Amino acid sequence: MEQMVVAAGLGDILEKVKAGERLGFADGVRLYKSNDILAVGYLANIVRERLNGNRAYFIYNQHINYSNICTNLCKFCAFGKDKESAQAYEMTVEQVKAKVRERLAEPITEVHVVGGIHPDLPYQYYLDMLRGIKEVRPQIHIQAFTCVEIAHLATLAGKSVAETLKELVAAGLGSIPGGGAEVFSPRIRQRTCEKKLSGEGWLEVAKGAHRLGLKSNATMLYGHIETVEERVEHLAALREAQDETGGFLTFIPLAFHPKNTELHELARTTGLDDLKNIAVARCFLDNFPHIKAYWVMIGPKLAQVALSFGADDVDGTVKEELITHMAGGEAGGTMADTELIRLIRDAGRQPLERDTLYNVLREY
Amino acid sequence: MEQMNDKILAGERLTADEGLALLVHGDLYQLGFLANAIRRRKHPEPVVTYVVDRNINYTDICISACKFCAFFKVPEDPAGSVLSFAELGGKIEETKALGGTQILLQGGLHPDKPLEFYEEMLRFIKGHGIHIHGFSPPEVCHFASLSGLPVREILIRLQQAGLDSIPGGGAEILCDRVRRETAPRKCLTDAWLGVMEEAHGLGMRTTATMMFGHLETYAERIEHLARVRALQDKTGGFTAFIPWPFQPDNTALAHLPKTTAFQYLKMLAMSRIFLDNIDNIQASWVTQGPKIAQLSLFFGANDFGSTMIEENVVAAAGVGFRLSEQEIRALVEGAGCVPRQRRMDYSLV
Repeated sequence: MEQMVVAAGLGDILEKVKAGERLGFADGVRLYKSNDILAVGYLANIVRERLNGNRAYFIYNQHINYSNICTNLCKFCAFGKDKESAQAYEMTVEQVKAKVRERLAEPITEVHVVGGIHPDLPYQYYLDMLRGIKEVRPQIHIQAFTCVEIAHLATLAGKSVAETLKELVAAGLGSIPGGGAEVFSPRIRQRTCEKKLSGEGWLEVAKGAHRLGLKSNATMLYGHIETVEERVEHLAALREAQDETGGFLTFIPLAFHPKNTELHELARTTGLDDLKNIAVARCFLDNFPHIKAYWVMIGPKLAQVALSFGADDVDGTVKEELITHMAGGEAGGTMADTELIRLIRDAGRQPLERDTLYNVLREY
Repeated sequence: MEQMNDKILAGERLTADEGLALLVHGDLYQLGFLANAIRRRKHPEPVVTYVVDRNINYTDICISACKFCAFFKVPEDPAGSVLSFAELGGKIEETKALGGTQILLQGGLHPDKPLEFYEEMLRFIKGHGIHIHGFSPPEVCHFASLSGLPVREILIRLQQAGLDSIPGGGAEILCDRVRRETAPRKCLTDAWLGVMEEAHGLGMRTTATMMFGHLETYAERIEHLARVRALQDKTGGFTAFIPWPFQPDNTALAHLPKTTAFQYLKMLAMSRIFLDNIDNIQASWVTQGPKIAQLSLFFGANDFGSTMIEENVVAAAGVGFRLSEQEIRALVEGAGCVPRQRRMDYSLV
């Protein structure tokens, strides 16, 4: 079927992909601008199968959003609230521990902890939260605090990012999620999230974490006001950082959900947008081991199809995820592992339950 | 497989055995690329059509009790009802106000309404000046057995009362083994095809559907496609083919796993590849949702079906996707195509 890729005008990129040659900026832009999703997906699938064979990973995890109070109030976010808002909430360390305790009977291996940039919770709160989670469930891996939150915690602590990370690790931090990257372009950040940590700042925190031996993920929020060129610049910056440190595990393209945000007049992303962002990322990010199709964002149907368009991971049995849900995400909040396994197998892939660091815990 | 690809791309017809081999062993890209190439050959302009209409179910009372159906009420059930003409009139006027060009009129197999009742209903609707796409073959067969009249006679009378075209519903799987297991009181394969052949002979265009993903084998799916293709060779009366996966919730077959999007896309593509004599293939957004429906346009579909201002049957099986005309147009444009409103016969509005 290579003739179809050639007919789509992507024959030169096909040759590069087959040879394992790195794609250039212009290649990335062309892939994004192509409407031939089968041809783009076919290229991504070559890379996916070379790096990950027939494997499709999922994880048994739990999400805890400890507070929605945030001083950044980004325009694309429906989750963050001003402290004075009637919808604002924050959990005490005891409440966070109770959330973990509630699900002790389930075989959860990872807890994913993310919140906002809270104006007055002290540094000690975050250390206590990590220790508290470990107290209740000592074996669990804590993936917590986006690079944006880490930079904020360093300011609170009055210490360097590296010193802060060391203290967080001592308290129980296992790895760092990929959120807060949005689109690195200063133009986009100035228009949508001007108070947020800059793109360079985000990358510095991530690289700093990698130098301490921590693994982290990376995301890109697509489908709002960014251009195709800005997306490729974002991917290029991630690829360069990964060349430096090798600390990124997974890239997760995140579909913008406009409902309840300041950008609510924008349309939702379509299936084509979602698959293209997965496929182009898989072609371009040749040094990222994994690409995730986050089913909470794009729905289980498209996440299943995405396993043939570059993705090798579908996240997991997420419960109580609030950030997408607040912005009108329509996928249910939870999915049974049996259903995830069925979707993966039905798409001709091998389901593998993984831990945070992609050690295989169980083959199905 | 290589030879089969060449054959398909050269526009040659697949045998049933080849079709089965492709469905079982073909991968998603092979099926998608082939279906997309055929779609582009048949429709060189990047146009994707849709019809503005409404599904009106005149009754949910049904003696058929098909195992895959979540919509029907048995005749003894006091919750069952028949729409009044006043209700029908209101629904039609609403449809026209939204730019609708037709109504899809289907109902259960009511135990005792006489043929005159349906003739009167058609005349009443026709008084509102709208295209009537109505009465799937099982309903026509049911009218024939209740009245003792031949199918041809029934069709002539319905046509004279205002029926314009016939929807392809009730085909399910056109294989008697499957029909006897899932819908024993519904017309069998030859009868279903017989109604369509008579209708085509009387100058009425029809569609054909396939509801897959329940008790049928892959070979039986191909048998279905082969039967439809053979009749189309004879009459040329089918305008479109609409494959859609069984939705098990709230049915007697609720224990069956739901067909996944991946398998839907493969079957859609297979339909496009196998049915070389049918012009149009519809995406099933009502069962697949907007994202997969848009993707369907790369797996053989060139039509988004109906805007379905009203839909009851799939909704009864717990599937709640809704799309406005504006959303359908945006999805089509997002796929790099031009959306065009059409009529039942695929002429553009």
